[in-house]
Amino acid sequence: MSQFNAMTLVHKLKEQLNTQYVNVEDESDGCGAKFSATIVSEQFVGKSLLEKHRLVNKALAEELKEIHAFSQKTYTPEEWEKVKPQEEPEE
Amino acid sequence: MNRICQSLLRQSYAGAAHHMRPAAASPAATALKSLSALRFYSADAAAPPAAVDKATLDKLVRTNKVVIFMKGNPQQPRCGFSNAVVQILRMHGVQYDAHDVLQNEALRQGVKDYTDWPTIPQVFIDGEFVGGCDILLQMHQSGDLIEELKKVGIVSELLKAEESKKAAGSKEEAK
Repeated sequence: MSQFNAMTLVHKLKEQLNTQYVNVEDESDGCGAKFSATIVSEQFVGKSLLEKHRLVNKALAEELKEIHAFSQKTYTPEEWEKVKPQEEPEE
Repeated sequence: MNRICQSLLRQSYAGAAHHMRPAAASPAATALKSLSALRFYSADAAAPPAAVDKATLDKLVRTNKVVIFMKGNPQQPRCGFSNAVVQILRMHGVQYDAHDVLQNEALRQGVKDYTDWPTIPQVFIDGEFVGGCDILLQMHQSGDLIEELKKVGIVSELLKAEESKKAAGSKEEAK
Protein backbone atom coordinates (compact mmCIF):
# COMPACT_ATOMS: atom_id res chain seq x y z
CA MET A 1 0.00 0.00 0.00
CA SER A 2 2.59 2.45 1.08
CA GLN A 3 5.03 3.83 -1.44
CA PHE A 4 7.88 4.48 0.90
CA ASN A 5 11.14 2.68 1.17
CA ALA A 6 13.98 3.09 3.60
CA MET A 7 16.02 5.21 1.20
CA THR A 8 13.36 7.88 0.77
CA LEU A 9 12.97 8.14 4.52
CA VAL A 10 16.72 8.40 5.05
CA HIS A 11 16.84 11.13 2.46
CA LYS A 12 14.00 13.07 4.04
CA LEU A 13 15.47 12.80 7.52
CA LYS A 14 18.88 13.95 6.33
CA GLU A 15 17.35 16.92 4.64
CA GLN A 16 14.97 17.92 7.43
CA LEU A 17 17.06 17.24 10.49
CA ASN A 18 20.56 17.73 9.13
CA THR A 19 21.47 14.36 10.56
CA GLN A 20 24.96 13.30 11.39
CA TYR A 21 23.98 9.69 11.10
CA VAL A 22 20.74 8.09 10.04
CA ASN A 23 19.78 4.52 9.43
CA VAL A 24 16.36 3.23 8.49
CA GLU A 25 15.57 -0.45 8.45
CA ASP A 26 12.60 -1.66 6.48
CA GLU A 27 11.10 -4.35 8.67
CA SER A 28 8.08 -4.93 6.50
CA ASP A 29 9.75 -7.28 4.01
CA GLY A 30 9.35 -4.59 1.41
CA CYS A 31 5.70 -3.61 1.70
CA GLY A 32 6.81 -0.30 3.18
CA ALA A 33 4.60 -0.20 6.22
CA LYS A 34 7.02 -0.90 9.02
CA PHE A 35 10.29 0.87 9.68
CA SER A 36 12.79 1.22 12.43
CA ALA A 37 15.04 4.28 12.42
CA THR A 38 18.16 5.40 14.22
CA ILE A 39 18.71 9.12 13.96
CA VAL A 40 21.61 11.26 15.19
CA SER A 41 21.37 15.01 14.88
CA GLU A 42 22.74 18.20 16.41
CA GLN A 43 19.17 19.43 16.48
CA PHE A 44 18.41 17.03 19.33
CA VAL A 45 20.86 18.69 21.70
CA GLY A 46 19.13 19.99 24.82
CA LYS A 47 15.81 18.42 23.87
CA SER A 48 13.80 15.93 25.86
CA LEU A 49 13.08 12.52 24.46
CA LEU A 50 9.55 13.60 23.64
CA GLU A 51 10.77 16.72 21.85
CA LYS A 52 13.28 14.72 19.82
CA HIS A 53 10.59 12.31 18.71
CA ARG A 54 8.29 15.18 17.88
CA LEU A 55 10.97 16.62 15.58
CA VAL A 56 11.19 13.32 13.76
CA ASN A 57 7.42 12.96 13.58
CA LYS A 58 7.23 16.45 12.10
CA ALA A 59 9.93 15.73 9.53
CA LEU A 60 8.04 12.63 8.42
CA ALA A 61 4.52 13.95 8.96
CA GLU A 62 3.37 13.08 5.43
CA GLU A 63 4.96 9.65 5.44
CA LEU A 64 3.69 8.71 8.88
CA LYS A 65 0.12 9.04 7.67
CA GLU A 66 0.78 5.99 5.51
CA ILE A 67 3.34 4.09 7.51
CA HIS A 68 1.67 1.77 9.96
CA ALA A 69 4.57 1.13 12.26
CA PHE A 70 7.50 3.42 12.81
CA SER A 71 9.88 2.99 15.66
CA GLN A 72 12.70 5.42 16.30
CA LYS A 73 15.82 5.91 18.35
CA THR A 74 17.04 9.45 18.59
CA TYR A 75 20.47 10.56 19.77
CA THR A 76 22.51 13.69 20.00
CA PRO A 77 26.03 13.23 18.55
CA GLU A 78 27.34 13.02 22.10
CA GLU A 79 24.86 10.34 23.14
CA TRP A 80 25.55 8.48 19.92
CA GLU A 81 29.26 8.23 20.75
CA LYS A 82 28.34 6.22 23.83
CA VAL A 83 25.89 3.82 22.26
CA LYS A 84 27.47 3.49 18.81
CA PRO A 85 29.83 0.54 19.39
CA GLN A 86 27.17 -1.97 20.29
CA GLU A 87 24.56 -0.62 17.94
CA GLU A 88 26.38 0.22 14.75
CA PRO A 89 24.62 -1.60 11.95
CA GLU A 90 26.36 -2.72 8.83
CA GLU A 91 26.53 -0.06 6.17
CA MET B 1 -37.79 -1.99 30.06
CA ASN B 2 -40.30 0.20 31.81
CA ARG B 3 -38.28 0.16 35.00
CA ILE B 4 -35.12 1.11 33.13
CA CYS B 5 -36.93 4.04 31.53
CA GLN B 6 -38.26 5.09 34.90
CA SER B 7 -34.83 5.17 36.42
CA LEU B 8 -33.42 7.00 33.40
CA LEU B 9 -36.17 9.55 33.76
CA ARG B 10 -35.39 10.10 37.39
CA GLN B 11 -31.69 10.62 36.62
CA SER B 12 -32.52 12.96 33.85
CA TYR B 13 -34.86 15.04 35.98
CA ALA B 14 -32.34 15.19 38.77
CA GLY B 15 -29.77 16.62 36.42
CA ALA B 16 -32.15 19.01 34.72
CA ALA B 17 -34.10 20.14 37.78
CA HIS B 18 -32.23 23.37 38.31
CA HIS B 19 -33.12 24.79 34.94
CA MET B 20 -36.18 22.90 33.84
CA ARG B 21 -39.58 22.38 35.42
CA PRO B 22 -40.51 18.70 35.25
CA ALA B 23 -43.71 19.54 33.43
CA ALA B 24 -41.83 21.30 30.63
CA ALA B 25 -40.65 18.15 28.91
CA SER B 26 -42.77 15.17 28.01
CA PRO B 27 -41.58 11.93 29.60
CA ALA B 28 -41.05 10.38 26.17
CA ALA B 29 -38.80 13.19 24.99
CA THR B 30 -36.77 13.04 28.17
CA ALA B 31 -36.39 9.30 27.88
CA LEU B 32 -35.14 9.68 24.34
CA LYS B 33 -32.67 12.26 25.46
CA SER B 34 -31.36 9.92 28.14
CA LEU B 35 -31.02 7.09 25.69
CA SER B 36 -29.14 9.18 23.18
CA ALA B 37 -26.83 10.30 25.97
CA LEU B 38 -26.17 6.65 26.73
CA ARG B 39 -25.20 5.95 23.17
CA PHE B 40 -22.20 8.17 23.64
CA TYR B 41 -20.67 5.73 26.10
CA SER B 42 -21.15 2.63 24.03
CA ALA B 43 -18.69 1.77 21.29
CA ASP B 44 -21.22 2.55 18.62
CA ALA B 45 -19.84 2.17 15.12
CA ALA B 46 -22.83 4.04 13.71
CA ALA B 47 -22.00 7.20 15.63
CA PRO B 48 -20.44 9.94 13.50
CA PRO B 49 -16.64 9.73 13.74
CA ALA B 50 -16.19 13.13 15.34
CA ALA B 51 -13.08 13.34 17.47
CA VAL B 52 -13.46 13.28 21.24
CA ASP B 53 -12.95 16.86 22.38
CA LYS B 54 -10.16 18.32 24.49
CA ALA B 55 -12.22 18.85 27.64
CA THR B 56 -13.21 15.19 27.70
CA LEU B 57 -9.62 14.07 27.20
CA ASP B 58 -8.37 16.49 29.85
CA LYS B 59 -10.52 14.53 32.30
CA LEU B 60 -9.82 11.13 30.81
CA VAL B 61 -6.03 11.39 31.13
CA ARG B 62 -6.40 12.17 34.83
CA THR B 63 -8.65 9.31 35.88
CA ASN B 64 -5.56 7.52 37.17
CA LYS B 65 -1.90 8.34 37.77
CA VAL B 66 -1.05 6.36 34.68
CA VAL B 67 -3.44 6.27 31.75
CA ILE B 68 -2.77 4.63 28.41
CA PHE B 69 -4.50 4.60 25.05
CA MET B 70 -3.83 1.38 23.22
CA LYS B 71 -5.04 -1.06 20.60
CA GLY B 72 -6.87 -3.86 22.32
CA ASN B 73 -6.82 -4.21 26.09
CA PRO B 74 -4.10 -5.19 28.57
CA GLN B 75 -5.32 -8.80 28.61
CA GLN B 76 -5.34 -8.92 24.84
CA PRO B 77 -3.26 -6.24 23.10
CA ARG B 78 -3.94 -6.00 19.39
CA CYS B 79 -0.63 -4.49 18.34
CA GLY B 80 3.00 -5.20 19.17
CA PHE B 81 3.68 -1.67 20.33
CA SER B 82 0.68 -1.63 22.64
CA ASN B 83 1.76 -5.01 23.95
CA ALA B 84 5.24 -3.67 24.71
CA VAL B 85 3.77 -0.81 26.75
CA VAL B 86 1.59 -3.24 28.70
CA GLN B 87 4.57 -5.50 29.39
CA ILE B 88 6.74 -2.62 30.59
CA LEU B 89 4.05 -1.32 32.95
CA ARG B 90 3.49 -4.85 34.21
CA MET B 91 7.19 -5.23 34.98
CA HIS B 92 7.04 -2.10 37.09
CA GLY B 93 3.85 -3.28 38.76
CA VAL B 94 1.95 -0.17 37.73
CA GLN B 95 -1.82 0.06 38.10
CA TYR B 96 -3.25 2.06 35.23
CA ASP B 97 -6.35 2.84 33.18
CA ALA B 98 -6.31 1.57 29.63
CA HIS B 99 -8.54 2.75 26.80
CA ASP B 100 -8.96 0.67 23.68
CA VAL B 101 -8.99 3.01 20.69
CA LEU B 102 -10.09 0.21 18.37
CA GLN B 103 -13.43 0.29 20.18
CA ASN B 104 -13.89 3.96 19.50
CA GLU B 105 -12.73 5.72 16.36
CA ALA B 106 -13.60 9.14 17.81
CA LEU B 107 -11.32 8.46 20.74
CA ARG B 108 -8.56 7.23 18.45
CA GLN B 109 -8.64 10.46 16.45
CA GLY B 110 -9.32 12.59 19.50
CA VAL B 111 -6.26 11.47 21.42
CA LYS B 112 -4.02 11.91 18.37
CA ASP B 113 -5.27 15.47 17.97
CA TYR B 114 -4.98 16.08 21.69
CA THR B 115 -1.30 15.21 21.87
CA ASP B 116 -0.38 16.05 18.28
CA TRP B 117 1.15 12.60 18.17
CA PRO B 118 0.53 10.38 15.15
CA THR B 119 0.58 6.92 16.69
CA ILE B 120 -1.00 4.65 19.28
CA PRO B 121 -0.14 3.63 22.02
CA GLN B 122 0.10 6.82 24.05
CA VAL B 123 1.08 6.95 27.70
CA PHE B 124 0.12 9.61 30.24
CA ILE B 125 1.60 10.00 33.71
CA ASP B 126 -0.15 12.41 36.05
CA GLY B 127 -2.13 13.80 33.12
CA GLU B 128 1.04 14.59 31.16
CA PHE B 129 1.70 12.98 27.82
CA VAL B 130 4.90 10.97 28.12
CA GLY B 131 5.16 9.42 24.68
CA GLY B 132 4.57 6.22 22.78
CA CYS B 133 6.16 2.81 22.88
CA ASP B 134 9.69 3.88 21.86
CA ILE B 135 9.86 6.55 24.52
CA LEU B 136 8.47 4.36 27.28
CA LEU B 137 10.93 1.64 26.31
CA GLN B 138 13.86 4.04 26.41
CA MET B 139 12.70 5.44 29.74
CA HIS B 140 12.47 1.90 31.04
CA GLN B 141 16.00 1.11 29.84
CA SER B 142 17.52 4.32 31.16
CA GLY B 143 15.83 4.10 34.55
CA ASP B 144 13.94 7.34 33.97
CA LEU B 145 10.63 5.53 34.19
CA ILE B 146 11.31 4.56 37.80
CA GLU B 147 11.99 8.23 38.57
CA GLU B 148 8.88 9.49 36.77
CA LEU B 149 6.73 6.96 38.59
CA LYS B 150 8.31 7.95 41.90
CA LYS B 151 7.31 11.58 41.28
CA VAL B 152 3.65 10.59 41.24
CA GLY B 153 3.97 8.30 44.23
CA ILE B 154 4.28 4.96 42.47
CA VAL B 155 7.10 2.75 43.65
CA SER B 156 8.18 0.54 40.80
CA GLU B 157 8.42 -3.17 41.48
CA LEU B 158 11.82 -3.06 39.81
CA LEU B 159 12.97 -0.44 42.28
CA LYS B 160 11.74 -2.54 45.19
CA ALA B 161 13.64 -5.53 43.86
CA GLU B 162 16.74 -3.42 43.39
CA GLU B 163 16.55 -1.97 46.88
CA SER B 164 16.13 -5.30 48.57
CA LYS B 165 19.17 -6.49 46.66
CA LYS B 166 21.09 -3.42 47.79
CA ALA B 167 20.04 -3.91 51.38
CA ALA B 168 21.46 -7.41 51.24
CA GLY B 169 24.79 -6.31 49.81
CA SER B 170 26.86 -3.18 50.29
CA LYS B 171 25.19 0.15 49.71
CA GLU B 172 26.28 1.49 46.40
CA GLU B 173 24.82 4.74 45.18
CA ALA B 174 24.88 5.47 41.46
CA LYS B 175 26.03 9.03 40.78
